[in-house]
Amino acid sequence: MTARFDVLRYPWVRRLVVSRWPQYLVRVTLLALFLLAVLVGWLGTPVGNRNFAIVGVWIAWWAVLILVAVPFLGRAWCSVCPLPLPGEWLQQGSLLGPRGRGGWSLGRRWPRRWRHIWLQNAGFTVLALFSAVILTRPGVTAWVLLGLVLLAVGVSLVYERRAFCRYLCPVGGFIGLYAQAAPLELRVKDPAVCAAHTEKACYTGNEQGFGCPWGTFPLGMVRNDVCGLCFECLRTCTYDNLALNIRPLGADLAQRRGAKLDEAFKAFILLGSALTYAAVFLGPWGALKDAAYDVGAPSWWGYAALLVGLSWVILPGLFSLGVWAGRPRLSWRRAFTVLAYALVPLGLAMWAAFSLAFVAASVAYVLPVLSDPFGWGWDLLGTAGWAWRPVLDGWLPLLQAGLLALGAFWSVRTARGIGAIWGWPRAVYPVAGYVALMTGGMLWLLLG
Amino acid sequence: MRNFGEWRWGIGLVVAVLVLGLPVPQPQAKPQERVFRVTARQFAFEPPVLQVNPGDRVVIELRSSDVVHGLYVEGYDVEAVAEPGQPDRIVFVADRPGTYRLRCSVTCGDLHPFMGGKLRVGRNPWLWKGAALALWGVTLALFAARPRTREGGR
Repeated sequence: MTARFDVLRYPWVRRLVVSRWPQYLVRVTLLALFLLAVLVGWLGTPVGNRNFAIVGVWIAWWAVLILVAVPFLGRAWCSVCPLPLPGEWLQQGSLLGPRGRGGWSLGRRWPRRWRHIWLQNAGFTVLALFSAVILTRPGVTAWVLLGLVLLAVGVSLVYERRAFCRYLCPVGGFIGLYAQAAPLELRVKDPAVCAAHTEKACYTGNEQGFGCPWGTFPLGMVRNDVCGLCFECLRTCTYDNLALNIRPLGADLAQRRGAKLDEAFKAFILLGSALTYAAVFLGPWGALKDAAYDVGAPSWWGYAALLVGLSWVILPGLFSLGVWAGRPRLSWRRAFTVLAYALVPLGLAMWAAFSLAFVAASVAYVLPVLSDPFGWGWDLLGTAGWAWRPVLDGWLPLLQAGLLALGAFWSVRTARGIGAIWGWPRAVYPVAGYVALMTGGMLWLLLG
Repeated sequence: MRNFGEWRWGIGLVVAVLVLGLPVPQPQAKPQERVFRVTARQFAFEPPVLQVNPGDRVVIELRSSDVVHGLYVEGYDVEAVAEPGQPDRIVFVADRPGTYRLRCSVTCGDLHPFMGGKLRVGRNPWLWKGAALALWGVTLALFAARPRTREGGR
């Protein structure tokens, strides 16, 4: 076992995460901001970069999520996400903590045949297909946000726990995959204690807290993707047998257990969408932007074919050729699945590099919009008239190049770890070639 | 090998810094005046990419074919704003090699935040340095870094 440091050894950290109030207050505040975004999306100016729905969600939230929360804190966003909150309140029949009575959910178990993230993969792809419209039209953003909340409420009223988050949320799959690279994990301290504990309060719940909302039994947890860092298990565990560890980066990626084909495909979907977004949103090609925006037009179908073809066919197809060339000692499917996790660091770096450019150009809209969220001519903070100027001017290329090089290094190193575990040292060479190709492509799109 | 093992991160970092500091050869053409007639429309500049040599005097005449558009050159902090029928002009010396984004600086419609182009001044050092750095990273990971596994395997 590599080095771990349990931050719960500090009493104030333990109090902060075990108490319901800090998390609750953050979630309720975020829910209020979320509802404000929906309202402003409908009622505010249709000019996206002057509307809180667009600037608050797709610039401010996105920047925090991809540049800070996911790389450093894993699924921490999921622990404060407001999307499932109304559904949880109804499902649990309580606004804060267990109250000894049931809620208004049928409490069915999520169907076994849907216990994977293929639906999340499809959902993310669908959002990506319409992203040029969603990212720029406040009304559409408002409907998408409201639709996600209503879907979460509906799922909570029929199924138990946070089935929406684990199996349907299009952003959840993205966060879950990249959370495996993060230097933070919640894990069992002593497996023997859990194994001997017959009540399994962490899964079933008790008067101190709910059974794991993510349907995860902590003893069996080996990767971050199935833990939403909601901390319910910390509240319910009667043996103080859980640790919130600081750990080495990417600690989940090279291991024998927990690799899944649906998640492996997610890695390619995210690589493909990062490349496509860099071309569409940051590239100089107006025809490509028009194609992504003109939903339903013949050119949009071309864009859709490019995005879907690249993410679902070309990138995994190229990788599977590499896997075949590496002469695996495992079955092709197993080899493809375990080795795809090596691409997680590079994917994260590509998204961070893309988002840096996107955010650097757009962050100047944040203060004016906070001063005038509806775009109605208010000036609450005196910053409504601040002129637009991009930030990080001279530093951006250095940061992007550094991020991509770090991602390439880390991915190949992870591939070596995977090869070492599976007795397949040759595995690293096709991954190295693939990583070099992807990194070169992204460098050209961002800096060329 | 043990000594190399102890020093590998230091060596890796020093090489990475050297790569970042390496000069990238630039075209040695005599500086001249380059005039570009750029047409802006929702949501593109035409031509989308302007190529010049370091030291060239760049003249950009901006025309708009539909609504008001701006053209802001990142890194040089110069801006032109054109209305339909009212062109604008900027002049500057492209004295720093690299690729600089051209951005529309006047809200012009839904895709305005993504309306852009590129100004290429000689060879972009960051593209070449980034590629060299990534190759170094891949090489280091292939041959020097120890693989890390969840099982603690080395």
